[in-house]
Amino acid sequence: MQEHADSIKTYTLVFLSLLLLTAATTMVSTIDLGPFNVVVALLIAVVKMMLVALFFMHLRYSTILTKVVVGGGMLWLGILLVLSLTDFVTRGWLPVPGK
Amino acid sequence: MDSHTETAALREQFETPGQQKEISTLGMWIFLVTEIMFFGGLFLAYAIYRREFAGAFAVASNTLDVVVGAVNTAVLLCSSFTMVLAVRAAQIGSRKALIWFLILTILLGGVFLGVKAYEWNLKFEEHHVPGPSFHLEGTAEQGPAQLFFSLYFTMTGLHALHMVVGEGLMLFLLWQAYAGKYSPSYYTPVDVGGLYWHFVDIIWIFLFPLLYLIARHQH
Repeated sequence: MQEHADSIKTYTLVFLSLLLLTAATTMVSTIDLGPFNVVVALLIAVVKMMLVALFFMHLRYSTILTKVVVGGGMLWLGILLVLSLTDFVTRGWLPVPGK
Repeated sequence: MDSHTETAALREQFETPGQQKEISTLGMWIFLVTEIMFFGGLFLAYAIYRREFAGAFAVASNTLDVVVGAVNTAVLLCSSFTMVLAVRAAQIGSRKALIWFLILTILLGGVFLGVKAYEWNLKFEEHHVPGPSFHLEGTAEQGPAQLFFSLYFTMTGLHALHMVVGEGLMLFLLWQAYAGKYSPSYYTPVDVGGLYWHFVDIIWIFLFPLLYLIARHQH
């Protein structure tokens, strides 16, 4: 039952990438990209999350069942965010009498 | 397997140590998924109000010290690094390395919480805490600005609370590791504790850009 342990080298590389991405997101935020500031910030955050989950949390070596559970959690988070925001974003699009 | 002797690595309700470990890990992941939904509601509230009051949120966000926030992010990433090395030490059966990496993780977690306390204290002194004495320069929208700081205190507060719980877990692991309870054939608590620690790190990975960086280019 001895499972995979990544080498210290792999962990160090992941760690350095995380630090680098933190510096990158901090610096990019000072440049005006219009609506893409948020997109870039979230994209970098998602990459960092994947690095932590796949390497530090060993999700790469996890059982299919664990991956399905995690994927399911993300799916429900997606439903929460996307369905709620489609409501709030589109509210002003049509004139509603009596509003 | 009939009538096996019960050990920490193999409780009687499990067939094999591998099965027991798998179940423990899955249990922690299911708990973390409930945490995702729990924090998810706050991230949703943040998204809705930020969309509604972009101007006030930008002014309010720019009062946070981005250098302090970035350094604290690095501190937390360091603690995740020492945590993963602690798990690795447990995997290969190095009790001494496990103890030291746990101590480092606890110390880095403490530094993070200390910096957070410093930042919060600053907010109180600057009257940026929602309430009767709230005042924020540079915007006429005092209400929405208070909304930003309500979300700021709720989200970083809940995150800090998770850190405090994590510190408790790490102290427990340290005590058990010191007592020599863990070996390459049984280190599930270290592994599962690590999952929790990294999860709390991931929450901060999202909090940092959303709270500190949203309007830096307008500075």
